[in-house]
Amino acid sequence: MANLTLIQAVNDGLKTAMRADPSVLVFGEDVGPKGGVFLATEGLTKEFGAGRCFDTPLSEDGIVGAAIGMAVNGLRPVCEIQFQDFIFPAFDQIVSEAAKLRYRSGGQYTAPMVIRTPYGGGIRGGLYHSQSGEAYFCHTPGLKVVIPSTPYDAKGLLLASIADPDPVLFLEPKALYRTVKGEVPEGQYTVDLSTLRTAREGKSVTVFCYGAMVPVCLKAADQAAEKGIECLVVDLRTLLPLDEEGVLEAAKQTGRVVVVHEAPRFCGFGGEISAIIAENAIEYMEAPIARVTGFDTPFPNTLEHHYMPDDRRVLDAIEHVWNY
Amino acid sequence: MSAQGMLSVIEPDGGINGHDPKMSNEALLHCYRTMLRVRAFDDVCLKLQRAGRIGFSIPNKGVEATQVGAASALEKTDWIFPSYRDFGMALYHGISPVDMMHNMYGNAADSAKGRQMPVHFSFTEPIKFFSISSPIGTHIIQAVGAAYAIQRRKEPHVVLASFGDGGTSSLGFHSGLNFAAVWKSPVVFLCQNNQWAISCPSSQQTASESYAIKAKAYGMPGVKVDGNDLLAVRRAVGEAVERARKGGGPTLIEAFTFRMGGHSTSDDPTRYVPKELLLEWERKDPVANFERFLAKKKLWDPAAREKIAAESFAEIDAAAKVAEATPRPGIETIFSDVYRDVPQHIRRQGQAAFDLARRKGDAAAGDGAFPL
Repeated sequence: MANLTLIQAVNDGLKTAMRADPSVLVFGEDVGPKGGVFLATEGLTKEFGAGRCFDTPLSEDGIVGAAIGMAVNGLRPVCEIQFQDFIFPAFDQIVSEAAKLRYRSGGQYTAPMVIRTPYGGGIRGGLYHSQSGEAYFCHTPGLKVVIPSTPYDAKGLLLASIADPDPVLFLEPKALYRTVKGEVPEGQYTVDLSTLRTAREGKSVTVFCYGAMVPVCLKAADQAAEKGIECLVVDLRTLLPLDEEGVLEAAKQTGRVVVVHEAPRFCGFGGEISAIIAENAIEYMEAPIARVTGFDTPFPNTLEHHYMPDDRRVLDAIEHVWNY
Repeated sequence: MSAQGMLSVIEPDGGINGHDPKMSNEALLHCYRTMLRVRAFDDVCLKLQRAGRIGFSIPNKGVEATQVGAASALEKTDWIFPSYRDFGMALYHGISPVDMMHNMYGNAADSAKGRQMPVHFSFTEPIKFFSISSPIGTHIIQAVGAAYAIQRRKEPHVVLASFGDGGTSSLGFHSGLNFAAVWKSPVVFLCQNNQWAISCPSSQQTASESYAIKAKAYGMPGVKVDGNDLLAVRRAVGEAVERARKGGGPTLIEAFTFRMGGHSTSDDPTRYVPKELLLEWERKDPVANFERFLAKKKLWDPAAREKIAAESFAEIDAAAKVAEATPRPGIETIFSDVYRDVPQHIRRQGQAAFDLARRKGDAAAGDGAFPL
């Protein structure tokens, strides 16, 4: 057991997978000798050689397209898109190709692969180093979308994603890369995809969140507790396929729901959570569902702290649904 | 080499200009027969589409020599990443017309389980004929990834990526050629320049003097070849395949040809293809070109054509009848193969769709065993 940051856990996960399975390859922009712009792939080229961890031309479409071909022909590619904001040239490859290949070939060809990419705000990255694009991808049958929020989950979910028979988009909350630390077991272990994590128990209000919003919600929950409001904080971890039954169970436990994400609100993932609860458990609801999200604007630079949901905004919403 | 810097082998009188294809008579006739089977496939599908029996097809007339010549340079252990106008490659390598017809009908025996439009074949035997996608050019870079796996395992195989002139404008063409050249991938890029991207002529596709010349900037050999000359295509692809097998990296081949029919059965090419141009290319018909060569070798006469054409039509027509008699896929095929394991939300949706069909009385045998 080691006390690691989230990015160290990602690095440990990659090394663990590559040691166990020679078909696992890591590639992308600057992931080779430099070790990635955030150092997620530090030391991999040295340990596994340039045939298994290497730099590619600067082409997201090329990185993901090549990964699909490798996966089809027996390799286990784990490619990196340097920032999620740069993934859109590869959107066609992810949405039209990787996600649909098993279906359109009747299971003859499949693309078991992982696309790792840092997402979200908090580093003063402005419009193009801060976005949270999970909703675009969650609208894509055939794809899995995974977002860890702790070092333990980062490694365990990454290893589960690499072992998964279907393509996984692995979104890493860059704001948490070096701001959270936790105990991480050495060697191989997995955290099952499509399972929720209870980050905090409580009977007053249920708060659904994921990624970098989890610590924000826990902080708000601590403040709410001082006012006698006990929050059940649920870390969704896998957005697609979602554990819908787990979501409904957690919502019914309190009858009061707040959904938090830093992506824009309109057609955001919070809308889906709200709709699932409204369709299946509205009779349990004691208050309207509240969403705390990024604004329906591009992501600003200087004023990003106003854009990203913080503990004040989350606490406001918790109090609102509690006092309704 | 012709006057336009274009590789050709068969001369106007049916002779060959110095290049020996080193093919047995049997192999030559297999090529010829495959071209006529493609033509029969086109004819049968056009009739079926006009009769409302299938929804759509893609005519191959005019480009058969490119398809078959290229396919003839590959081994069964190689990979084909095809475009949708590559029927000849599938038939050459022994994919059965019945299996292709199942796809045209989208029925229960279709390897794509009726999920795709017609012509979107997917086969793994007897050759890897990769699942066809409708977006243009996406498979070109995927072919390079498949080739990377071949390199990594030090296998002696190659990957053929086939696309049209329109495909050269795609993102996948650029990333594919660029990655392959950097990685020295065992890939042959075959640009079938049939001069039309649906209705858009090559002049609107590129300002380069040819498609083959684009290879130079990527750092790989580029060859322009007469696409209506089966032996020339086979020679160019064969040399590229040999180079790739020996670790010499990728090649871009431009096969200069002409699409004699519409883009698809939904297209009316008389709206945009000049009549004189069509007549000019009819005189360059790839099947007639190969016949002149076979005749000179005393392997062909008009009676042989009639016989093979009749056999081909009967074969394809019978395949269509088998496919026509095969039932539609079951409702469960909507919900399976999205992921390896069916997630809970898709299972619920499948159950609901099946229950509704049963309530309305339109569920059929083979709709699947629910719950999934």
